[in-house]
Amino acid sequence: MKTLSKVYNGLIFAFLYAPIVVLIVFSFNSTSSRVKWSGFSLRWYEKLFGNAEILDCLKVTLEIALLSALIATVIGVLSALGIFAMNGKLRKAFLAVNNIPMVNPEIVTGISLMLLFVFVYRSVGLLQPGFTTLLIAHITFNIPYVILQVMPKLRQLDPRLYEAALDLGCPPTRAFCKVVLPEIVPGVLTGALMAFTMSLDDFVISYFNSGSSAQTLSVLIYNMTKKPITPEINALSTLMFGSIMVLLLVINIRQIKDMGQKANRS
Amino acid sequence: MNNSVITLKNIAVSFDGEQVLKDFNLSISDGEFVTLLGPSGCGKTTTLRIIGGFISPTDGDVFFGEKNVRDLPPYKREVNTIFQRYALFPHMDVYENVAFGLRVQKKDKADIEETVEKMLSLVNLKGFEHRKVSTLSGGQQQRVAIARALANRPKVLLLDEPLAALDLKLRKDMQNELKNMQKQLGITFVYVTHDQEEALSMSDTVVVMDGGKIQQIGTPLDIYNEPVNAFVADFIGESNILDGVMKRDFVVEFFGRTFDCLDSGFDENEPVDVVIRPEDIDIVEPIRGHLTGTVTSVTFKGVHYETIVDFKGFKWLIQTTDYYAPGTVIGIVLNPEDIHIMKKSEYSGLFGDYSSYSEEFDEMADPEIDLVEETKEAESYE
Repeated sequence: MKTLSKVYNGLIFAFLYAPIVVLIVFSFNSTSSRVKWSGFSLRWYEKLFGNAEILDCLKVTLEIALLSALIATVIGVLSALGIFAMNGKLRKAFLAVNNIPMVNPEIVTGISLMLLFVFVYRSVGLLQPGFTTLLIAHITFNIPYVILQVMPKLRQLDPRLYEAALDLGCPPTRAFCKVVLPEIVPGVLTGALMAFTMSLDDFVISYFNSGSSAQTLSVLIYNMTKKPITPEINALSTLMFGSIMVLLLVINIRQIKDMGQKANRS
Repeated sequence: MNNSVITLKNIAVSFDGEQVLKDFNLSISDGEFVTLLGPSGCGKTTTLRIIGGFISPTDGDVFFGEKNVRDLPPYKREVNTIFQRYALFPHMDVYENVAFGLRVQKKDKADIEETVEKMLSLVNLKGFEHRKVSTLSGGQQQRVAIARALANRPKVLLLDEPLAALDLKLRKDMQNELKNMQKQLGITFVYVTHDQEEALSMSDTVVVMDGGKIQQIGTPLDIYNEPVNAFVADFIGESNILDGVMKRDFVVEFFGRTFDCLDSGFDENEPVDVVIRPEDIDIVEPIRGHLTGTVTSVTFKGVHYETIVDFKGFKWLIQTTDYYAPGTVIGIVLNPEDIHIMKKSEYSGLFGDYSSYSEEFDEMADPEIDLVEETKEAESYE
């Protein structure tokens, strides 16, 4: 029985990761064959970093990820504070609304944002599809993740801490910065990391909201596949997989640590 | 009135249409130890939070001295609070917690250090400066909270059930320490508790509250010896409360017999509540007693026996150091000073009958109920 379950598990992982393994292995192939292994080389990585278009998209991707994570974190934390201060029913309603974008099919979010941008562009002349629309789209889908990470921290927080700071003479904003913020910082950081990862990870929404002036890597890869494919794509995808893997690991380790702390406290 | 530090005038508070305080008037003198005492939900914590500035009253005014501070936010008030469960800042060590208020005031470094050291030695926590607050015991955390509040040199210290989370022995020690500290520093204390013993042993003035209203204000002795109604008589200590009729000044009739008493000023034949404290009753042979009854149950309490005695179907609680077995017929003698007369009130008939006696003050001291009240208030406040 035990061996059977091991074999079963092994098969699951094999199916899950075989494609990625193939992708990674062939990114190091010395020829452009996708079938025959002809020896180890880094030529596709070299070529990748020599490709101005790719580097350009990498820059856009990172800028979008950083900016959208940053802005979404600020908005998300403020929203979480607002939602937390609401009374029970309203709070529940807002949290439910907050969850919709996360379960909503990405293509719907993507297309609806695109339609909105087109509408605004046609009627007012603002927001031509490009970097700004891409950024706004990413901020939009990142905010719920930040809120979701910050809310539990606020719930754990003793409301008397803030009152104690006021009581000792601290005006509200300073009391928040000195007493509340340090307590919710782990949630804020995890939220920011998640937002950054989600932004790097995204294809569908970016596809509909990037103009010709600004493309993310995932959109570029998709466009490259329309032409004859070179293993450059393998190299690029391997790098993206690697960086997202690292980010997810960091997020998970943070969450495990946090749970450990909570267990210790109680 | 002229040396009052805090005056609450006609305060009313309601949360979501529910009236929590009504027609509340209280004046607190400088250097006084005032205790707000009452069961869960009586509005005592709300009152404290109004003084602290965390709740603004729906109606009425709050004066600090001559100044109306009704709309003054908490961080501009010259009072400091010791919160239930302490509310220490978890990411700071003991030193930083105590220094918090001083740093906010931008005191210079030497000044801060001196004050913090002084406060920590006041609460016997020297040497704990750089401990994390989470590594301290409940009693030690309590001391840090006291030091932190006192470091700001408040004119008035507000204490919200500060000892509720401590075990009995520690609680008794801290009661003494707090009382001594208050005398030594000469600061006004406003203390909230549901523990009547705590209130009686620590306070100069006790404010007994129920249902959002003040029932009685007085010294512990007044409150205990001269309760104004059945609620106060029952909540403070134990009481047998009987229906009686005031025949004339200094003479009351109950159980078909007249007794001499020390009370006057009632109408002739006015129905009244008669309070007899369980420890004041003298047990004698049946033949010499003013009343005779049968012992129905006895509980050993350490210092005394709690003896339930049936008098014509009405059960009394008598505290005695002698043991009378259930079934024994006894007589009791009531001297004039053992009898206290109260006007009839909305509480008449609700308290003071021990027919269904079942360890009732153990239930009173249940802190869980209070937490519920507190969260409700916190939510309404936000």
